[in-house]
Formats: sequence, structure tokens, C-alpha cells
Amino acid sequence: MSVDYSKEIPLVQGRLTMAELDEAIAKPMSIRPGKIYFIALAFTSGLLLLGVLGVSLTFYFGIGEWGNNQPVAWGWGITNFVFWVGIAHAGTLISAILYLLRQKWRTGISRFAEAMTIFAVMCAGIFPIIHTGRPWLAGYLLPYPNSHHLWPNFISPLVWDVFAVSTYLIVSAIFWYVGLIPDFATLRDRAVSKIKKFVYSLFSLGWRHSNRHWRHYEKVYMILAGLATPLVLSVHTVVSFDFAVAVLPGWHSTIFPPYFVAGAIFSGFAMVVTALVFMRKVLGLENVITIDHLDRMNKIILLTGSMVGYAYLMEFFISWYSGVPTEQYVAINRAFGEYAWGYWIMVTCNSLFPQLFWFRKFRRSIPAMFIVVVLVNVGMWFERFIIIASSLHRDFLPSSWGYFTPTWVDFSILLGSFGLFFTLVLLFSRTLPVVTMSEIKGVVEGAHPTHHGGDHDG
Amino acid sequence: MADNNLYCVSALFDTPDKIINAARKTTEAGYKKFDVNTPYPVHGMDKAMGMGQSKIGYITLFFGLSGAVFIFLFMWWTFASNYNIVVGGKPFLSAPAFIPITFETTVLFAAISTFVGMIAVFFKLPHNSHPLHDTEYMKAVSGDKFGLVIEADDEQFERNKVTEFLKSLGAFQVADVYLPEKETYKLFTSGFVIFLIILAIVTSAATYITLNKLMYVVPFSWMEVQPKLNAQEESDIFTDGKGMRPPVDGTVARGELPYPFYGQTNPPEVLSNPTVPTKKILELGKRKFLTFCSPCHGNFAQGESRLNGQFPTGPTLVSGKIINYPDGMIYHIITNGQNVMPSYMHQINREERWAIVDYVRVLQRAQNPSQSDIQEVKKESSSNVTK
Ligand code: HEC
Repeated sequence: MSVDYSKEIPLVQGRLTMAELDEAIAKPMSIRPGKIYFIALAFTSGLLLLGVLGVSLTFYFGIGEWGNNQPVAWGWGITNFVFWVGIAHAGTLISAILYLLRQKWRTGISRFAEAMTIFAVMCAGIFPIIHTGRPWLAGYLLPYPNSHHLWPNFISPLVWDVFAVSTYLIVSAIFWYVGLIPDFATLRDRAVSKIKKFVYSLFSLGWRHSNRHWRHYEKVYMILAGLATPLVLSVHTVVSFDFAVAVLPGWHSTIFPPYFVAGAIFSGFAMVVTALVFMRKVLGLENVITIDHLDRMNKIILLTGSMVGYAYLMEFFISWYSGVPTEQYVAINRAFGEYAWGYWIMVTCNSLFPQLFWFRKFRRSIPAMFIVVVLVNVGMWFERFIIIASSLHRDFLPSSWGYFTPTWVDFSILLGSFGLFFTLVLLFSRTLPVVTMSEIKGVVEGAHPTHHGGDHDG
Repeated sequence: MADNNLYCVSALFDTPDKIINAARKTTEAGYKKFDVNTPYPVHGMDKAMGMGQSKIGYITLFFGLSGAVFIFLFMWWTFASNYNIVVGGKPFLSAPAFIPITFETTVLFAAISTFVGMIAVFFKLPHNSHPLHDTEYMKAVSGDKFGLVIEADDEQFERNKVTEFLKSLGAFQVADVYLPEKETYKLFTSGFVIFLIILAIVTSAATYITLNKLMYVVPFSWMEVQPKLNAQEESDIFTDGKGMRPPVDGTVARGELPYPFYGQTNPPEVLSNPTVPTKKILELGKRKFLTFCSPCHGNFAQGESRLNGQFPTGPTLVSGKIINYPDGMIYHIITNGQNVMPSYMHQINREERWAIVDYVRVLQRAQNPSQSDIQEVKKESSSNVTK
């Protein structure tokens, strides 16, 4: 298909009518899933069980089950945390920022991306909590009047994290649910079985598609998007403060906030593409989640990947320019020291392979983009690991230098988090509409009046 | 069905052009209580229905700002007033470091209030018993049709006229919608009561087990169970079976000096007093004397023991014999003990022992005053009176 860039690409391919769209989107929820679905679910929940085992051992015996030790006291726990928070950001970017920028192509993928946001934040939230060693006391992190007469230290980046991540989870969930209400109503009115009707009625809150409601609804959607946009930027900024506020060479750097935000969007988009490539095929939504969507997402991956690459170079420049011998040592040690292998995996996966997306052919080829985005996921995980491990493993005194070696429990928890994520994604794909029905109907051709009294905003 | 049960007359349209036209005409015809139901928000509909901008943004603004102000003052209060913590030498009001949490809380308050305000205040949802639910009309507008209803409450409502009017707008289907019959339920059915009882039992049992049993099981045991030796515990690591280790012979505690005359009954020479009897020293001496010496020697060192004969009474310390002892000798007796009187070396530290000696001197002088002492005291008390 050749694309004429002077014209808006149709957002829904194949000229589906609204009824057909409803049918296509609601179908996965009404039919019994096939064999492949159950095999996939068994695989992901197997991984999840492995994670549960690792976490239980950690609770029973303590953090000593992990590879963490002095000097690398933040091992995979924090690596995984930052990795998953980063993944989450793509969802909010697609649903909020692209909404404010009037990028209508987001419609087809926004619901799915938002769901991924919530699942990824859930995965992320687990790690700092289990890293405390006694997760059942995690409530101490919240400011509540208590018998110890103590408050959290509000000027610690780690407490900022608690506020940022939990606010992010709550606001994302609200945003997601607000989008779901009209769809629940549509599902309610399509439902035949009594139980389904009851459940959908419950969640639809008795929504009536009334225009007296739509009027406020659209405004609220806009407000929430407006709130979520600075929020998503703040969350990864705060995550980067965990490092940047510390006076450790390799962490103490002002480029961290923008670098982390770009990296987060980069890895998040890679994860969305990874999942969508399968989802659109398995759920039969190729006409709704089109190759054009993937193409545009790959462009964003190219952009943010280049920003991340720029940050890698800038780290070198700044360490040289600062004239601080320790900074210079850390930079050189990062690229050529004991963790050189990880550093170069990170650089090739994040800065080199995405450059293929300059070519239209690669952007629109499913196998090519799948390989690249998987590599990006790997590279971005390594980025966080390298930032943590290579900065910590050379302590200030050579006598306390060390090297981080993960244990099998570390592996099991990392795999378990993937298990949790994909199990939730699979369950989601069969229980909720993967595409926002009320929005996609609004972007098919002929969805809006041809003449409406000079009100031209769309 | 009786007409007073009529909720509205509904009309369905099949294109956005028709519905927007219908909405505009209905507004122009002067109907107030009507609504348009569309599967997605149709552009220009607000205007066609004669509605202005949504005011919900004010809720966001108000609660967002309240959240910001509240959390900022709250953080300041916890740091500066409720529980002072100095972190990294920063002032209690370190505004730049308060920014992240202030921002997050602003967003949190704004988002939650907007959501709750929209659902509960603006929409009055949940409302699953609305007359439009479970109608063919609702099924159609949920899918791909566009609907308009004119409610029976409207001042201009006349059933036949409205039906004709809607048909004239190009509706492909016009139907009446009636209010549902009121259904009433009994609150306390036997099933519900049993459910409540079971719920109560399960909740109390779970709470009891959590607070009294679960909390004391590894790993929730609050670190009570630890592989370590507590003081006074037995241990078979050492031959003497004690968990605690005595200090190595010749160990000198911090602030102490080895006492050279330990174990001698009448040392040929004694230490000289390194202290000056200042008020502070004498007060320390008094406190320590009353604690350690007074049970046997009496509060005024006159030998009036409080032990009722359960231990040999300590002799007077204000007799000529002790007055003539050098300071170092009294110090020697406290440190070393004498006959039945035990050594107080380990209970009372060096400085305190010298302070006691100074205080014993005070007691001696007070009970054997010289003429000049008496005059001095008299002078002082009389000058006190005149003042
Ligand atoms: C458990 C009771 C007891 C306590 C407490 C006690 N003493 Fe004595 N003290 C005695 C007895 C009994 C003697 C007589 C010992 C002997 O027979 O030589 C004595 C003797 C003395 C003597 C020597 C008196 C003499 O006539 O030879 C001095 C000085 C003295 N005590 C000072 C102190 C001071 C100072 C303290 C407080 C640190 C103190 N004692 C605490 C029981 C006590």
C-alpha cells in the first residue's frame, strides 16, 4: 500500500461500519478462547508461579536470597522496578499526551496501552515493596497518624517515589475506568446471559449515553489527560531522582530526568508494539490496530531511542568536561570495566538497532519490528542494570570493591514479573474491550454531521 | 398502561446529520426536558441542544489547589512542629524539596475529585433503575443508532403532538417509554441474616488469628526470633557455659584508672584528692552518698543504719578518727572495701567516689563546726532576714 502523506490516513481500515466494529471488538469476550490462548495462559501463569515461589522464599529467609550485597546493595530489585515503571509510561503517553495533541490514530491502541500502564505499574510497585524485606510493613511509608508519632521523611526521593508511583497508579486507573464506562454500557446492552448483564450493569453504573452526560464526560476526559501528562513526566523524573539526588559518581547527574523520561517512553512503546503484534492477530483486530499504527509507534521508538543514544554520549562528554577524576573513572569503567559486556549490549540494542526504523520497509515489516522491539526491551533492562551495578560496584575504597552476581531467586522474580504482566494482559484481552468502542466509532468515516452550524473542531 | 406512567416518547435516527437536526429543531420548538443519546459524543451536539460549557473544571481547580496547600502545610507542620527532623542540615521549610510531593498530591486530589464529582454530583450515577434501561431504544443507541427522547415532565408535553413532531423530524422509529413498576425488597430475609452472621464470625476469627497468631509466625514475627545470644543466656560455645564474655584480665574501663592499692588493708600511702569541692561536685557527692552509703551509714553519716540489724551497722563517719583520715584513705575504703563493707569500685565511678569523699567532708564539718563557721552561718542568715 502506498501512502499519500498529504491526506489523513483512514483510522479504521476496510470501511467497517459501527455495528461491525462493535461486533469485532466484543467478539473475543463472548466466544470460548482457543487452544493457543490456554497454552499461552498456562505458560505465563507458570512464570507467575515461579515468581511467587521466589518471592515467598525471599519473605521467609530474607533479602539474603538475592544477589544484593555491599557494595551493590541495589541489585535487580531496583533495576526491575525502574524497568517496569518505564514500560508503564507508554500507555499514558498514548492515551493522554497524544489525546491532547489531537492525534486521532491513538484511538485504536489507547485502551490496550492504558491497560499495559496499569499492569506495568503493578509489576513495578511489587519490587520496592519486597525489597524492604518486610513488605507487610509497607504501610509505614504512608503518612498516617501512628503510635510511633513519626512521619515519613518527605524530602527523601524514596518517599517521593511512593507518592509518585501510587498517584500514577490511581490516576491511570481512574482514567482507564472513565474510558470504560460507556463501553460497559454498550456491552451491557449487547449481553444475553444474565450474569454478564448483571456484571456489566454494575460497572457501567447505569450509563445512558446521554448527551447531557457526554458534555461533561468529554471535558473530564480532557482534564484527566491534562493531569496525566505532567504526572507521567513527573513519575519518571522522580524515579531518576532516586539516583540523581545521591552524591554517587555515575548517578549524580542533571541529565537523568529527561534521559529517564525518554528512555521510559522508548521502552514502553517497544513493549506495546511487542504485545500488539500478537494481539491484533490473535483477536482479529487487524483492521482496527493497523500497520499504520505500528508504523507511527516505530517512529516514536526511533525518536526516543535517538534521544537515549544522545544521553549516552552526553554522559561521556560531561564526565570529561567536569574535570572530576572520579566521574571520568566511572564513565570509562562503565564502558570498558567489568560491566563492559552489559554496557555494549545496552548501546547496541538501544541506539543502534532502532536506527533501522529510518527505513520505511523495517517500520512496516512485522518480523523486523518484532526483533527490534524485543532487543529494545532487553537493552532498556540492561540500561537500568548498568546504571545501578556499574556505579555501585566500585565503592570509594578499593577494599570494598565487588561484583554483582544474581542468584536463581533473582531470576525467578524477574521472570515472575513478566508472568504477572502477560497473564494480566491475556486475561484483559478476553474480559474487557481491547479497543475503546465509544471512541473508535467516533472516528469512522461519516461519524460526525457534515454540517453543524459552524462548529468545526474536528 | 395508564398515561401517568409514561416517562417519555423516544425516537431513533440513523445518521448523525438527522440527529443533530432533530436536536436543533427540538430546542427551537421550546422543549426543555429532552435528551439525546448517542453511542459516542457527536460534534456540535452541545450547541444544537443549547447547552454551554461544562463547569466541571472548577471542581478540579478547587480540589487541586486545596490538595497543594494542604500537603505543603502538612509537610511543613510535621517537620517544623510535630516531630522535628533535621535532614542533611536543611531548614524545616525546605520548599524546593517539598515540590515533588506537593505536585503529586495536587494531581491526586484533582483527579479523584473530578472523577467523583462527575459520577456522583453531575451524573447522579450509579442509576441502574432508570426507565430507559432495558428498552429497545437503549440497545439501539448503545450500538450504532442515535436517539432523542422528550420527557413527559416537560411543560409542553402532549403525547400525540410529540409523537407527530418526532416523526416529522425523520425518525425511523418512535416509541413510548414507561416508568418501571416500583419493586420493593424485604431487608431481613433469612438468607441475608445467615450471611451476616457468617460474615461476622469469619471477620472476627480472621482478625483474631491475624493479630494473635499470624503476627508471631516467621517471617511476620517482627524480628523477635533471631539467631543470637541474649545477655545472661547459656551457650555451649565456651567451656564455662556462659553466653556473655567477661572482660580480659587487666581491662580498664573508659574513664577509669587502675587502682594501685587494691587488696591492701592499710596501704602505706594513699592517693591525693584530684577534685575541687565545687557546688556541682558536692551535689553529685550528695546524690551518690544518699544512694550508696546512707543505707548503712545513715543520711548524715552518723551510723544510723536503716537495715534493722540485717547487716552490721556502718560506723559513724563524722568521728575524729575519720576526720583525721586523709581523703585518699576514705577513697581507699570506698574503692577497696574494708572487712564486711564491700568494695564499691564497680558501682560508683572514679569521679563520683571522689565527690562522695568531698561530701563526707561537708557532713563532718557541718556536725563539728568551728566558732568561725557558726559566725559565718549566723551572718548569712541575718543578712538573709534583713533583705
Ligand atoms: C552494706 C553497708 C555499708 C555500706 C552501703 C557502706 N558501708 Fe562503709 N562500712 C560499713 C561497715 C559495716 C563498716 C565497718 C567495717 C569494719 O568493721 O571495718 C564500714 C566502714 C566504713 C569506713 C571506715 C570506718 C572506720 O571507722 O574504720 C568508711 C570510711 C566507710 N565505711 C565509708 C563508706 C562510704 C563512703 C560508703 C558509701 C560509698 C560506705 N561506707 C558504704 C558498711 C557499709
